[in-house]
Amino acid sequence: MTAPQLPQSIDAMEALLSDGDYVADRSLSTVLFLALKLGRPILLEGEAGVGKTEIAKVLSKTLGRKLIRLQCYEGLDVNSAVYEWNYAAQMMAIRLAEAEGGVARAELEQNIFSERYLVRRPILDALTPYVEGPPVLLIDEVDRTDEAFEAYLLEVLSDFQVTIPEFGTVKAPHAPIVIITSNRTREIHDALKRRCLYHWVDYPTAERELQIVHRKAPKAPEALSAEVVAFVQALRKQDLFKVPGVAETLDWATALVELDAVALDPKQISDTLGVLLKYQDDIQKMQGSEIKAILDEVKVAVKPSK
Amino acid sequence: MSGKLAENIAYFARALRDAGLPIGPGAVLDAVRAVEAAHIGTKQDFYWTLHAIFVKKRDQSEVFDQAFRIFFRRRSLIEKIIATLSPYSPAKDDQPKKPEAGALRAAEALIPPKKDIEPPKEEKIELDARFTVSEREILQTKDFAQMTAAEVTRARQLIASLVLPDDRRPTRRYVPSVKGKRIDPRRSFRASLKDGGGAISLQFRDRAEKSPPIVAICDISGSMADYTRVFLHFLHALTEKRHRVHTFLFGTRLTNVTRSLRSRDPDDALAKCSEQVADWSGGTRIGTSIHKFNRLWARRVLGQGAIVLLFTDGLERDGTEELASEISRLHRSCRKLVWLNPLLRFDGFEAKAAGIRAMLPEVDEFRPIHNLKSMEALIAALGVENSQASDPRLWLKRVA
Repeated sequence: MTAPQLPQSIDAMEALLSDGDYVADRSLSTVLFLALKLGRPILLEGEAGVGKTEIAKVLSKTLGRKLIRLQCYEGLDVNSAVYEWNYAAQMMAIRLAEAEGGVARAELEQNIFSERYLVRRPILDALTPYVEGPPVLLIDEVDRTDEAFEAYLLEVLSDFQVTIPEFGTVKAPHAPIVIITSNRTREIHDALKRRCLYHWVDYPTAERELQIVHRKAPKAPEALSAEVVAFVQALRKQDLFKVPGVAETLDWATALVELDAVALDPKQISDTLGVLLKYQDDIQKMQGSEIKAILDEVKVAVKPSK
Repeated sequence: MSGKLAENIAYFARALRDAGLPIGPGAVLDAVRAVEAAHIGTKQDFYWTLHAIFVKKRDQSEVFDQAFRIFFRRRSLIEKIIATLSPYSPAKDDQPKKPEAGALRAAEALIPPKKDIEPPKEEKIELDARFTVSEREILQTKDFAQMTAAEVTRARQLIASLVLPDDRRPTRRYVPSVKGKRIDPRRSFRASLKDGGGAISLQFRDRAEKSPPIVAICDISGSMADYTRVFLHFLHALTEKRHRVHTFLFGTRLTNVTRSLRSRDPDDALAKCSEQVADWSGGTRIGTSIHKFNRLWARRVLGQGAIVLLFTDGLERDGTEELASEISRLHRSCRKLVWLNPLLRFDGFEAKAAGIRAMLPEVDEFRPIHNLKSMEALIAALGVENSQASDPRLWLKRVA
């Protein structure tokens, strides 16, 4: 199996991401390149729907590595994130040993706490060697766990090792590619940040967003894509509780294609506004004359470029 | 790698540190390694490489940008670094000056120069501002009286005794517990191994309990000026005692002072707050401030079932329409909204002011306080034993 090589320059990184249909700006490519080169985890922060999780998926796809995903939630503990013993099988082994008789106790204990009865969870899994190279470990929405778990991650992320009391220390021969994402629903502790390369994933510029729409929603006609992007960009300047992310732009473009739209009109926008805005207050604010006003601006702005 | 490049990066790191970025020696080593690894081709790449190492928070990005420009502007230093990636030897007398120039301006970018203290005629407003609401934005600093040692000790004792309503929440984490309801397989298994696995002695576990985060949003406008010191001292002691406490101050604008309050010394912490906040004892814009909180901070600090303590007298000058909808949103995004109102210094208080009437239906608990002179009174008002008569509907009914 010939896995693709790690990129050797920032340009190569950019090309690699582009192969995976991810339109990245230079700063993101630089951070990713450095993280791969220096073997450091990356902490990606940003609003929901700007493509943080997607980066991990693209990396795993283009580098041909396995993607291991750990979705964080409140109360996530070592048993579900790192490892667990298979108690039922262990009980069974003890009973069988008893039935057969004559197995020395020390030997039994050693057998019971062996790899055979170890249930691997994502983090332990990411530390084991794979033929195609170290896997991509995605620790998604780390802000949803509590501080205790964050503290546990410190050992894993600085030494890439895990200590299991009954078993010993498991150390990764090669550091996995670790990508941590956060929506900033709470501040991540400085100690964790210090171990990572940090990058704030911002909303894309109009130009980049248009490229993204071309890549991800190729069916949308040229004129429509331009209008959609310009409209979303204008919407982001409004005083909204949650402005639409890139994911919403793509959903909207796809939705409009399904509705056979060739250009934006106020009626259609107001019917499909739920794709872009997810809060009732925001939708109410935008309904009616606001949409018309933004749309007029958009039409004026898009025209001269054609 | 060239010693001069490393040296320049170290100087740059020092400039950033002076500008307030927390950069340790480890980061400098990382930066040198990263610049080596990245085979820098353009100024932009050099910029983002250092950015990736030194910036750990979104708001540090701006300071970094300022510092980078000032630091590497000199004699096209950066072009030389890139062109050769070889020793660059600046004139000896230039070296110590460079970080200082960068640091000073980057530091200014971080902490805007203090606003001049308003001329004395404004003092009149402050004096009789207790029962009035000023629409004007008055920017001024504030000096707090120093804490006495007795005050500090007493505050710690009081905070230790404070039990907030609804203060212990079960989490999804488990701890060993004799009376627990769930079987703990791991401990059961270990326990039964002790006697050879003959009999299984069941061990139990139960949910761990934890205090929820507290978010205090505190009015520091002219009408609340008398109480600010007590509030801040209380919040400082609370921050010291508890794990997750966030503090926001508002008059006409909203300021997050959480980090300032983390200083151990209360005088120090209050002085830092004073420096950070520009609108002491000015007007009030409750609606706008809460709107800003909802937009910028609610999603970041209200996770995990936070209790919100709102300290304000509810005297709003701007329209109450915005206030009502923003309070309603705040109410929906936290687990409990407790409003502590120190205006109630008369027993005959009635909820008549428009702002108060707009806010009352949206709070979970309305804690009146008749005479807020001391921390004792504040703690008593917030404590769980004082929860009767805290139902906001009672107050609304009384007027109706």
